[in-house]
Amino acid sequence: MSAFETFLEGAVRTATPLGFAALGETVAERSGVINIGLEGAIIAGAFGGFVAAGSGSVWLGFAGSMVAGILVAALFAIFAIRIRADQIITGTAISLLCLGLTATLYQQMYGATGAALSIPTMSAMELPLLSSIPLFGRALFAQPAIAYLLYIMIPLIWWWMYRTYEGLALRATGEDPRAAVAAGIPARKFQTMSVLFGGAMGGIAGGVLVIAQAGSFAEGISAGRGFIAIAIVVLGRWHPLGVAAAALIFGAASALQYFFQALGWPVPYQLFLALPYVLTLFGLAGIAGRAVAPAGLGR
Amino acid sequence: MTVSNATDNALELREITKRFGSVIALDDVSLAVRHGRITALLGENGAGKTTLMRIAFGMIQPDAGWISVNGVRKKLASPSDAIAAGIGMVHQQFSLIPAMTVAENVALGGHGKYSAGQAVATLSEIAERTGLKLDPLARVADLGSADRQKLEILRTLAHDAKLIILDEPTAALTPKDVAELFRQLKSFVSGGGAVVLITHKLADAQEHADDVTVLRRGRVVLSARMSETTRDSLVEAMLGVSPDIESAESNRDFISAGPVASLEAVVLPDDPHRRPVDLQINAGEILGVAALDGAARSLLRALANRSPLLAGRIHLPSRIGFVPENRKDEALIADFSLSENLALANAGSLHGTVDWNTVREDTRRIISDFDVRTSSSEALPAQLSGGNQQRFVLGRELSGNPSMLVLENPTQGLDVNAAIFVHERLRQARNEGTAVVFYSSDLEELADLSDRVAVVTRTAVTLVSPDRDKIGQALLGTLEKDGS
Amino acid sequence: MGAELALLTDSLVRATPLIIAGLAVALAFRGGVFNIGAEGQLLAGAIAATAVSLAGAPVFGRAVVLIALIAASLAGALWAGIAAELRRRFHVLEIISTIMLNFIAIYFVSFLVRGPLQEPTHIYPQTESLDTVARLPVLLPETRLHFGFVLAVGLAVFLSWIFRRTAMGFRIRATGASPLVARMAGRIDVSRTSFLVFLFSGALAGIAGGIEVTGLTFALYENLSPGYGYTAIAVALIAGLNPLGVIASGIFFGVLETGAIALQREFGVPSSIASVIEAVFILAALTLTAVRGRQLLGRASAS
Repeated sequence: MSAFETFLEGAVRTATPLGFAALGETVAERSGVINIGLEGAIIAGAFGGFVAAGSGSVWLGFAGSMVAGILVAALFAIFAIRIRADQIITGTAISLLCLGLTATLYQQMYGATGAALSIPTMSAMELPLLSSIPLFGRALFAQPAIAYLLYIMIPLIWWWMYRTYEGLALRATGEDPRAAVAAGIPARKFQTMSVLFGGAMGGIAGGVLVIAQAGSFAEGISAGRGFIAIAIVVLGRWHPLGVAAAALIFGAASALQYFFQALGWPVPYQLFLALPYVLTLFGLAGIAGRAVAPAGLGR
Repeated sequence: MTVSNATDNALELREITKRFGSVIALDDVSLAVRHGRITALLGENGAGKTTLMRIAFGMIQPDAGWISVNGVRKKLASPSDAIAAGIGMVHQQFSLIPAMTVAENVALGGHGKYSAGQAVATLSEIAERTGLKLDPLARVADLGSADRQKLEILRTLAHDAKLIILDEPTAALTPKDVAELFRQLKSFVSGGGAVVLITHKLADAQEHADDVTVLRRGRVVLSARMSETTRDSLVEAMLGVSPDIESAESNRDFISAGPVASLEAVVLPDDPHRRPVDLQINAGEILGVAALDGAARSLLRALANRSPLLAGRIHLPSRIGFVPENRKDEALIADFSLSENLALANAGSLHGTVDWNTVREDTRRIISDFDVRTSSSEALPAQLSGGNQQRFVLGRELSGNPSMLVLENPTQGLDVNAAIFVHERLRQARNEGTAVVFYSSDLEELADLSDRVAVVTRTAVTLVSPDRDKIGQALLGTLEKDGS
Repeated sequence: MGAELALLTDSLVRATPLIIAGLAVALAFRGGVFNIGAEGQLLAGAIAATAVSLAGAPVFGRAVVLIALIAASLAGALWAGIAAELRRRFHVLEIISTIMLNFIAIYFVSFLVRGPLQEPTHIYPQTESLDTVARLPVLLPETRLHFGFVLAVGLAVFLSWIFRRTAMGFRIRATGASPLVARMAGRIDVSRTSFLVFLFSGALAGIAGGIEVTGLTFALYENLSPGYGYTAIAVALIAGLNPLGVIASGIFFGVLETGAIALQREFGVPSSIASVIEAVFILAALTLTAVRGRQLLGRASAS
């Protein structure tokens, strides 16, 4: 494989968890809720997936990830939607709580030394024919099976959002909850459902990190991806396809380091580690256009 | 209770009471709407008409009272309940999603797979039935007011409404559009439907409505067939007579001492007509501002130096006191004690250390001078009644010896004693040379307190003498000139 | 006696950065700024203090400590300033931008200690050790308790005075309690006030980092801060955003974390239990906030 193909494969690999989290957050934000607790959902999903995968099945592991993510989102929903607490503060506290809780539980259950336990990992599953396409084939179609779930979900969510009444109602809720209610839409129900969906996707993202990539859990393995995902939603203009593209861009930025290494250029690797976070700052500043946010976001 | 018969009212609201905090928005209000008739709900800004209809549409829950639709008692916990009960509401445009198309807005509330084709089909079917037509693919943001309203009506029809409530429907329509609107409404009621028309436009109501109910300050003041009323009786009911507020002094012999603020060709942000305003505020004078629909809000705020201008020049003195309408959110910090709230005055330009002892003393002085009933200078605003809060705010704003004092509805929600007290203080300030500018929706108050009155209408700002009839005519007379 | 004394002094040593960073967070939250970036601002301060100390010790002698701490505060303010400007100009949520900057700061430290600032033998990922003349004096011989603790308490008293007695402090409180009323009734320049609050908050966090370097670690290395910036949030919230209360809650968390490490050593209880307790406290404070609206963050009692 050429350096370019390695680079692309790395880009897709890095983009996968980001894509899951960002896609979920897109749905949530389209309903008008900004979930800063996404980071918590991811780390909870990572831990939950790790524990569940200990049973021997990777798919059970992912199920565990999803459940963990939904639980975290439910906690967020209770505070932010039901009690109408400030969404920002709530999300931050939940993220911090999950980071601390997962670290403690991990140490408690698996020992402070963090000895690498063996959980089944999901290896790459090559799709026949598709993976033979020159240049992109291996990058896109020689990924762990969970990535293909993401490939399916992106157009599915896109279709749901723009071609069904429910999707229409969701978007209306995010634009103007008052108007949506006046039009007979159960806005709070939509917001709750979309937040839970976002949590589920965040959980799966965490599961990807552990089951399909690292192979084990580590404290703080989410490394701020929840916040990066929020920036990806902005960059992708709250549209499933745009968000997918933006996730890929972030993945590419991270994968650049392999590219540079392969080329032998002596750029400090910390630069690449920091790049996604720098990009997030730019993304949030609305370099790609902030005006298209759902008008009712965060209220 | 649930027996249904042919003479049942399309909608009946009984003994509805609603409070927002300490403000009573609706007090034991009852309303009956009959099939095949247009009922007008008249009243001034803040009278409670919109609140009442929002209750009818399930957007707000009443604190007391009940609702029945076609003789059946119903609980309307949300707009979807109301829509299911056959009630539709045409709002003042906040129930449309501007970023979406006509078809999408009509479709809101459906289920399953959405096809633009189906929405288009529904729209053409209604168009055939009623003649109301709109381009399904047009974006609402691109539509003008008349079309947006058509869309709202279309939507209620698409949901099979039998009763349509319209909130100030003719506010921004041309005479031609208004005529068309009422044509549609008449045809709707002749088919057995019922219509509630919320409006402050007397002429519209008189011409088109069959029944009328007038609300004033949350109470029903008049309820009759339109044919049994006269224009004067309606005006009297709408604008009302307050309890006797004794004028301690005559207003006519003030000595004005020159201008203290002026507006030259000023265009204000919330003015859709962008007309330039010229106005001069004099020292030692009380200028009342009369307007409908709170149209004077940005004018007052511009005078208070709290609102930007779109164009023109404004000259203001350095010290301006401001008493906003919304005490809770704009004048007082709930978590701060009275002393801390006093310290807010001029907080923006203070330097160095704060001597809290002095502040506390000043607070106590204001409490005694302005007769604020409170336990101490360290009490929280929430522990004071509305009247006492207003006394305190007034005291605070006057404590800086401002050259000009601007107030929004200074006695709204106040008991009679507090209102009298406020008036006396304002006169006192005026006698000491302060320029006082206040907005009020109460004609009686405007006539009683002002030295001059500026009437703000859609076409002009007119200065009149503080005579109740003259003010009323200027407000309503202009109504007749445009669009009805 | 020796072991108990060590535990006590170690708790105070641990409490020192927690108190100062806690003050940074309390100041920010009081002013309505959600500064979650104390961690990164602390590291920025640590970097500046280290660099200045290493370069300046031979030149300035004992005075270098003061210069280093000033540099630390400037660096912290600068780091916070990035987020402050993003907030002011682009309306970027400071919660996210400060967290991003935290990560960037961590990687920057890693780059420095493995690169330009690495100690001369190039073996370990850390800087050279600080000259003794550049170190804060020790308060109790045979312990690690250093002058930084006194500075921490002093800063808390100073901040408390600012809030209670100065016009600036009052403006900050008003801005945090209700920007609308502050603007309408107080004619306060809310935008400028929050910007300055943000910078000063960063400066305080920077000082925390500078004191940690000049008082305890005497060098810069990766993982210098075991999450002080995040714990500081809990410290500030538990103290009700009251500067004097921060002293108490900072010591409380210092005891908690020192004890947790000891517990882990002795009984194998995971030390991260402390972070769970901290997070639970935050959530509890959150519940209070939720129930009473945003009032917790605008705690107005003049103390």
